[in-house]
Amino acid sequence: MNQLAAAKLDSKTDKGSLANERVKQSPSQVNNIEVIYDHVILVLKGVSLEVPEGSIVSILGANGAGKTTSLKAISNLLRSERGEVTKGSIEYRGNNITEKSPAELVTEGVVQVMEGRHCFEHLTVEENLMTGAYTRKGGKAMINKELEKVYHYFPRLKERRTSLAGYISGGEQQMVAVGRALMAEPNLILLDEPSMGLAPQLVEEIFEIVKRLNEETGVSFLVAEQNATIALKYAHYGYILENGRVVMDGAAKDLSNNEDVKEFYLGLGGDGRKSFRDVKHYRRRKRWLA
Amino acid sequence: MLDFLFFVEVLLSGLLTGALYSLVALGFVLIFKASGVFNFAQGAMMLFAALSLVGVQEMLGVHWTIAFIITVGIMIALAWCVEKFVLGKLVNQEPIILFMATIGVTFFLDGFGQTIWGSDIKILDIGLPNGAFDVGGVFIDQLELVAGLTAGALVIILAIFFNKTKIGRALRAVADDHQAAMSVGISLRYIWIVVWTVAGLVGLVAGIMWGSKLGVQFSLSLIALKALPVLMLGGFTSIPGAIVGGLIIGAGEKLAEIYVGDLVGGAIENWFAYMLAMVFLLFRPQGLFGEKIIERV
Repeated sequence: MNQLAAAKLDSKTDKGSLANERVKQSPSQVNNIEVIYDHVILVLKGVSLEVPEGSIVSILGANGAGKTTSLKAISNLLRSERGEVTKGSIEYRGNNITEKSPAELVTEGVVQVMEGRHCFEHLTVEENLMTGAYTRKGGKAMINKELEKVYHYFPRLKERRTSLAGYISGGEQQMVAVGRALMAEPNLILLDEPSMGLAPQLVEEIFEIVKRLNEETGVSFLVAEQNATIALKYAHYGYILENGRVVMDGAAKDLSNNEDVKEFYLGLGGDGRKSFRDVKHYRRRKRWLA
Repeated sequence: MLDFLFFVEVLLSGLLTGALYSLVALGFVLIFKASGVFNFAQGAMMLFAALSLVGVQEMLGVHWTIAFIITVGIMIALAWCVEKFVLGKLVNQEPIILFMATIGVTFFLDGFGQTIWGSDIKILDIGLPNGAFDVGGVFIDQLELVAGLTAGALVIILAIFFNKTKIGRALRAVADDHQAAMSVGISLRYIWIVVWTVAGLVGLVAGIMWGSKLGVQFSLSLIALKALPVLMLGGFTSIPGAIVGGLIIGAGEKLAEIYVGDLVGGAIENWFAYMLAMVFLLFRPQGLFGEKIIERV
């Protein structure tokens, strides 16, 4: 917990007064949740996370560690995949949101950008963005204002506004997906695997924009990412998931300096080949409720 | 000269019958576009709507406009029930499963409608003009003309609805990607109710037209089968496609019957549409106006 507080402090000093206003809001919290798919497949075995307002938090882990499931548990897109939060609770701004529908959550400002971009292929770029404002009340003027905002961050989308989203490049699709989420005026964006299938340079570009958005508009991000190097570079705080458990967490800087993280996630072992038998599996330290 | 006039008359009659096919096909397109579900129950919905209209009119002895409004209510209730008891339970399932579910809905509606309203042939008369009139030697059936105009008007309304309104955009978004639509806060339940309602209303209009022409009876639901070749021709996802497909099938089968029929012993009209559809499937499987299957490389 000390580490977390330190990270929060860190991000605050970085951002000055804008951040100070946000601090009053209590952080979004995931409290020891267990997720079961199809009534039998236990995927998350007690995951606890915390996303302070106005911060970027990343979840790292290998395939099948439970990153996507954690995000979907928060946005409640689990239900349609026959998944269920069976234990624990999820809190957002002090309210329990575990049972809320995705539509309600979007209205309250929690929006997920799904893995693999999921643009509406047969809609134009601009129409894609406009669907993002579906839950918002307000007329054309509001939508145009929001569109301008998105185009300000993603100038490339403005050039392609009339193209069908199915025909634009992968990087542009990722921008559409993030831009679409922005249209809902979110407080917390759950960003799932933004680097998937993109060239390294584009990944960098996307994360730069995420950082700018975070700093300039104060949106919090919870980013699930396999690319640990880049995720830790841009995040304030990180969690490492293995087999549906949080095995480690800490300020992004500390994580990237941690020997084991370097070894297993950043590919910076250094001392030649190691026997697989020596690889240490993290055991989650008991924390909070568990 | 006489031959030419005769040709025009056949063509026109074919086109106008085609507009009637289009009306039925429209209902399919709507649901397919918005939910990716091929709604086998569209024909049954049309029959059910027409039966309800006549039934309400007979039972309450009211003017048809009042019966129409009540039937609109019934179709909304039906859409709600379909979502609540059938599709709502099957979110995110394979299209084939949803398709099977609509076959179930078909059987239910066929039976339910006839249980409530009886299975006799009923006469539907809402004052649509009957008989033909003469334009420069060409006879035009008035009822078919009205149907043609109605189909045209419906298409324009629907096109505006789909392309210019927020709900329309949401409908198309849902058609593309259920999950993504949910992630931006679109409620699938609501969208499905909307789209089944719209399809039900289009079915009602089609039911009124066909009911006026043939009487309201069970065979009305079989006209839906004629909508299949129309869809294959026009494309399952295109509203204009449904119209153009209907016109081509309507005109094609009439012309074929008159000019080719004698050569092969007649009665081409019944199967011509299906042959045409099959040829189309061979060369252009997405139909004339169907959305191309987007594949990024």
